[in-house]
Amino acid sequence: MIPLAIENADRYVGGAYLVFLLLLLIYVAIMAAKLQRIQRELGSLADLADRSQGRSTDRGVGQVREREEEIEAVRQGGRG
Amino acid sequence: MASALHSITLRRLAIATVVVMGAGYGLAFLYAPEDADQGFIQKIFYLHVPLATVALLGFIVAAIHAIRHLRTGDPKHDARSYVSIHISVIFGAGVLLTGAIWAKGSWGVWWEWREPTLVSFLIVFLLYATYYPLRYAIEDRERQARYASVFAITAGAFVPLNFLAVRLAQPLVHPRTFSSAGGLPDSMLFAFLVCLAGMALLWTTLVWFELDAKAASANLGRIRRRLEATA
Repeated sequence: MIPLAIENADRYVGGAYLVFLLLLLIYVAIMAAKLQRIQRELGSLADLADRSQGRSTDRGVGQVREREEEIEAVRQGGRG
Repeated sequence: MASALHSITLRRLAIATVVVMGAGYGLAFLYAPEDADQGFIQKIFYLHVPLATVALLGFIVAAIHAIRHLRTGDPKHDARSYVSIHISVIFGAGVLLTGAIWAKGSWGVWWEWREPTLVSFLIVFLLYATYYPLRYAIEDRERQARYASVFAITAGAFVPLNFLAVRLAQPLVHPRTFSSAGGLPDSMLFAFLVCLAGMALLWTTLVWFELDAKAASANLGRIRRRLEATA
């Protein structure tokens, strides 16, 4: 087949490059959505980490109070 | 430290991609002369051929990673094989679309079923399009990775065979980029090679970027499981 005389070649060339750019753009948009999801996940993990740290701090304070009460009880027992 | 180094490399790779691609397409449009036979429409060649070359090489890279995965059992190689195929399939879609536009402008038809180059590329593309349903049809992660690797190796071996068969076949309308009978003029060849390098860099950047995203996602999953276990 002999190549045809090409009219509007610039439109075909522009179309081909545009299709490539569009494909790249779609890929980047999908990856951006994925990154957003990762960022959301990271935020929820940070909350989870904060909550679990808060719980462990409360537990730590509770244990100290229990120990103080035990020491106080031993002291009072000694006096009695 | 390793992650920081990794991100610097990715950034450098992305900058290199933009620079080389910009230079390549600048050369293609401003330096390389118009083709005497096809005229301005031949400029699609600087996009279409590098896309096709890099996509096919990407399938071979995926097969090499798959071999490494089967030999070592390291899931890192499976991820690399998977992402290589993913990016090459996207590039393959680009090849088919830009090729169809070139065909319409040059030959007056969107597709020519009698042309071995077109049909063989479509077969390779469709073959790799079956990779995803095959992979995700298997639930067990290890089996999934093993079967996907076997597929990547088998299909990867098919790529050079297919390329050879097309080269040996009688072309109907599709031009041969590098043939023994009269190659490209030096200015066209130079612009083409820069475009090819740019496309290869783009492929590498996208593969790297997607692997990073996958690794970040996996790490988050691991941290969540650990936090939920200690909470």
